[in-house]
Formats: sequence, C-alpha cells, structure tokens
Amino acid sequence: MKYLDEYRDARIARALVAQIVQSTTRPWVLMEICGGQTHTIMRYGIDELLPCGIELVHGPGCPVCVTPLETVDKSIELALRPDVILVSYGDMLRVPGSHSDLFRAKAQGADVRVAYTPTEALKTARLNPDRKIVFLAIGFETTAPPNAMAAWQAKREGLTNFSMLVSQVLVPPAIRALMVSSTNRVQGFIAPGHVCTVMGCKEYEGLVRDFRIPIVVGGFEPVDILEAILMLVRQLEAGGAKLENQYVRSVSYAGNLPAQQIMTEVFEVGDQKWRGIGLIPQSGLRLRDEYASFDVERIFDLDEITIDEPAECISAQVLRGLKKPPDCPAFGMRCTPENPLGAPMVSAEGACAAYYRYRRHPVAS
Amino acid sequence: MSAELIRDVFLLALRNPVLARLDDQAIVSVHGQRLAITTDSFVVKPLFFPGGDIGSLAVHGTVNDLAMGGATPLFLSAAFIIEEGFSMDELRRIVNSMQQAAAAAGVQVVTGDTKVVERGKGDGVFINSTGIGLVPDGVDLSANRARPGDKILLSGSIGEHGIAILAQREGLEFETQIQSDSAALHTLVADMLAATREIRCMRDPTRGGVSSTLNEIAEQSGVGIQLEEREIPVCEGVRGACELLGLDPLYVANEGKLIAIVAPAAAQVLLQAMRRHPLGSGAQIIGTVNAADPGLVTMRTPLGTVRIVDMLAGDQLPRIC
Repeated sequence: MKYLDEYRDARIARALVAQIVQSTTRPWVLMEICGGQTHTIMRYGIDELLPCGIELVHGPGCPVCVTPLETVDKSIELALRPDVILVSYGDMLRVPGSHSDLFRAKAQGADVRVAYTPTEALKTARLNPDRKIVFLAIGFETTAPPNAMAAWQAKREGLTNFSMLVSQVLVPPAIRALMVSSTNRVQGFIAPGHVCTVMGCKEYEGLVRDFRIPIVVGGFEPVDILEAILMLVRQLEAGGAKLENQYVRSVSYAGNLPAQQIMTEVFEVGDQKWRGIGLIPQSGLRLRDEYASFDVERIFDLDEITIDEPAECISAQVLRGLKKPPDCPAFGMRCTPENPLGAPMVSAEGACAAYYRYRRHPVAS
Repeated sequence: MSAELIRDVFLLALRNPVLARLDDQAIVSVHGQRLAITTDSFVVKPLFFPGGDIGSLAVHGTVNDLAMGGATPLFLSAAFIIEEGFSMDELRRIVNSMQQAAAAAGVQVVTGDTKVVERGKGDGVFINSTGIGLVPDGVDLSANRARPGDKILLSGSIGEHGIAILAQREGLEFETQIQSDSAALHTLVADMLAATREIRCMRDPTRGGVSSTLNEIAEQSGVGIQLEEREIPVCEGVRGACELLGLDPLYVANEGKLIAIVAPAAAQVLLQAMRRHPLGSGAQIIGTVNAADPGLVTMRTPLGTVRIVDMLAGDQLPRIC
C-alpha cells in the first residue's frame, strides 16, 4: 500500500538505525510529542533498535489523556440529563472521570453516541429537534478545524439545539511550558506531523530560537520516526538547533490556511488546564463571543468543580517525560486499560497504554 | 470482561468437565457415538450487510462452531426473538437466506421457536441457533492441546467481516466495498482432517479477532505463541480502513476464517491441503508455539523487534486523530 509499505520497510529502517549508531557519540534525551508517535515506537520496538545512549521520552500529545477530569465529569453530568444526547469521539468513552465514565453513564441510560466527525453531531441535531445535542469537542490543532467547522455550520443553519463542550489544546505552548520547567531533561523534540499538517512548521521557529533546541517535524511510521531521530542526533552532535521537516509529504511551512482561518474565526486562544500537567497559559482554544450560544459552559447551568487526580497516579511525570510508565508502582497491577487510574492508560495513544499493550512483560527478542 | 463473566458466574455455577474445556462446542459420548453440540446467539447490527445477513450468519456461525471440533454438522435449531412491529418482508428475507445457507452447507434446520417482544425491548431480530454434529473416530481437537514447536496456520486474510459491519453500521464509504467473509468452514475442515490427523486444535477467530483466539489458546494450553507479522494476510481494503480508523486487524472479527494448530512435521501437508480448498486458498503459516512465556502471545515485527499481542479490553474504539 502506497505511503505505508515504504515507510515500514525493514531494510530502510535498518539503514537508518546504522546511521544513527554511527552518528551518536554522546547520550541524548529526545521527546516525541504525539501519542501516535509513541504508539509506533512501542509497536515496532523502535527504542530497542537505538544505541543505548539515546533515550526517548514520551510527550503530552494524547488528546484524550490531557482532557481535564472536570471536562469528563461535566460530559457525564450532561449525558445523564434526559433531554441531552451527548456525541463524542469514540476513545473518550472509556476515559475515567472522578467517579464514572461515559460508558457507565450509557449503561445507566444516558444517550451517548459515538461520532467519527463533528458533522455527524450536526446531523444528530437536525434529526432530533426536541433534544439538546452536546458535542464533546476535544483535541489538538488536528480536531480544531473540523470542530470549528461544526460550530460555524450550526450558526449558519441557525441550529438552536446544538452546543459544544470544548477542551481544545495547542502544542507549542505545551513545549514552551516543558522547556521553562526546572526539571526539563529534553534536548530535542520530534514535533507532531498531523498538527503541523494543519498549522505548518512556522509555529515552531520561535521555540527553536528562544530555547536553542532542535525540533524536527516527524511522521508516524517507523521509517519516519527513525529518520526524525537521525536528523535530531546529527543536529545535536554538531551543536545545531534548527527547525527541520522530516514529514515533507504532508507538512508545509505555512500549513493548511483555510483550516487555520476557520479555527481563528470560531475559536480564540485562552488559558487551559491539561490533565496531569495543570494550567498552561494561552495553551487552549475557546469559542468566541459570537459563538456563545453554542458554548456548553455558557448555556448550561453546570457546577464549577475542581478535582485532583488519584494520588497514586504518576501521569503528571509521565506526560512531562520525567518518568516512564513502568516506573509507576501501580502500572499493570492496580492500573490497567480495563481499570485505569489515569488517562494515559485509557487511550490507545496514551504512553501507559502503549507500554502495557506492547511491553508489559520482558520479551526475549 | 466476557472471560471474567464466564469464569466468575457461569463456570462457577454450572461447572462440569465438558463445559470446563471452554471450547466452541461440547463433545459428548452417547452410546459410543461422539456428538458435538454448540449454541450461539446472533445480535448483529445491521441485520443486512455486504456478504450476508443475520440469517446466513447464524447458520455459518453455528456450523463453524461444530466444525472447529472436527464434527460433521447435521442439524440446527433456530429461535427468533422478534421486536413487535418488525417488517415481515425483512423477516422473510432473513429466513430465506437462512434456508439457502443451510442447504448450501448440507444441514437442516429441524426445530425452532418464535418469541415476540414489545417494541423497544429488542433490536429488530435476535437469533439463537443450536447445532448438532457427529465427530469422526480419532478426531480430538481442543484448545488445551497446543504444544511447543507446533505451527499456527490461518486460512486466509483477516478482518473482513468486522470492517464490512462497521462500514455499513456507521455509513463509512470506502473506495472498494469490503464484503464480509461469512462462510461455512466444515468442508475445509473435512479436507484438513483428511490430510492429517496431527491437528491439535482449530478455532474460528470471530469476535475479538485472531489475537483473542490465540490468547485463549495460549492460556488454555499453558504455552506461548509467537507470530510473524509479515506472514499474516490482510487485504488492502481492510488494511486501509484499519489505518484510517486506528484499528488493528488482529482484533477485528472474522466469520469465514479458521486458525489451526498442528504438529510441526504435518504443517506443510496441512498448508497445501488448505490452499487447495477455495476457502483456504490464502492460507499461511503465521507463527509457532513456544515454551518460553506461557499464556503470552507475541509478534515479531517487520523490523525484527518483538511485541506483545494482548487480549483486547472491551471493543476497539476508533481514535480521534
């Protein structure tokens, strides 16, 4: 299959590994931002192919993982109201809130529906004029344009029974927060290829300049990841700090301008809480005042709640690359995908779930 | 979840040596004749899908559960639970399709039952089907018989039924329509048993896919299993759909494929016999049983690294991005 087979080719991968080995003279700590990249690394055992000096730590780029507990709780509270149909992307359903999840709410009689795109939520709204349709609009810059498009379309059609519970997060402010942290260990980043397909590489120029750190925009197949690692290692070994683009088949410098335009038209940037990390200034999106009538926070009477994570869960350190999932005493014991303590164990793209799924036991190769 | 339910509720209350084998069918002796008995309920949604419908699926599913025990299927029952107000035309279509599938498989539906439930208390039509077959002398297949060194054979490409159902249910349109692989496998099984009696166990990887079936076998036999990723056949359409939706074909349901575990010396003979049958033309040797990690299924990736192939917790959920 084109665009897949050549990027999973064992010969090309082995050649890249050999070049990485050849280029590496010192230890380096690299972070892949996106959960999809973490998944590929674990699935193909890419970390096991690297020279031992190169450590990969896993970033906060799993949209399900960083959605605040409060948002999950609000979605459950809304879903349980008889006049509400809650529409969500599938992988949010098993995410634990403080005391339940959407699957359990569904079992209690809540009308929870899975959508592949926000336009399906709009369709549900048109077909059920007597019900209130709440769309759980979460994600990074990848879901922001289609989610914005749903609000834009709803406004244009004058839909009065459609609204969105928004928890949109942005990658560059999260990298900035990691870099200014006194505990930071990361020396080079693989930037998320899908986010950059929408936003372009340009947003990352400032980070490279301000922190003198190399950033390579990377894809999601094993060859992509290995090539991005090679590009980072070569820069680091040469003392460089540049922005480079490995994922050229998808990412341009400026990105997808119409997508950015609809995002800006519907959303504005604001402070945002990240599950496991806390508040990051100017790292989220919220609906503009012109779209207030589609904003769940402004049209429903919801209790303001603040909830703490279970004390045992170390997701805060995992999402910042300070610890690896197996460092957690609960990992695989009291925390599994069936009974997760924290969100990184829930989503298929969460770092803990990736380790649990592919690397739970020591495996002889 | 379902495994916990079986262990903690059903086995706890109903335990007996036949049930405790947890195979797809029970094999019991009556006056020296070995009978295979199986029962299965069908709650598929949508009722009609590319490559079949709930009627043909009920026949194929029940026949296959018998066939996986090496039995020759003979008779089926059909119990219908029908929601009030369900279309008579659709019901006729389903029953006719059931009859055609049964005739093609050489089995007869010899008893049945109908219950009508109030509107809203069912989902159109549910079908339960029980099957009875005869097990030839010398055939002893069970999921606890896999031994280190045995080879694992798969009869063809995986994931077609699950993706066909998902695409139909969710209104997803792909360039080429993916057809369910729903089919009765007993003639393939007969050819396989004629080729060798060294087959230890056979399973059809339905719900939960190849990974769940192999995890069950690994656990019941107390052995490890290692798969070779590059040997597992997946058609382009299923591969593309899975890439798009973030699903792993190893966890997607099949209704016309089987997995056989066979003594190493008989693996090639069995593979050739399978490939001569139309339903096994895409057969492959996909892995080996080992003694290293009892209960664990692993897979060698194309890059030469090894990863776990886990039992799925709940259904696969399409990812966000």
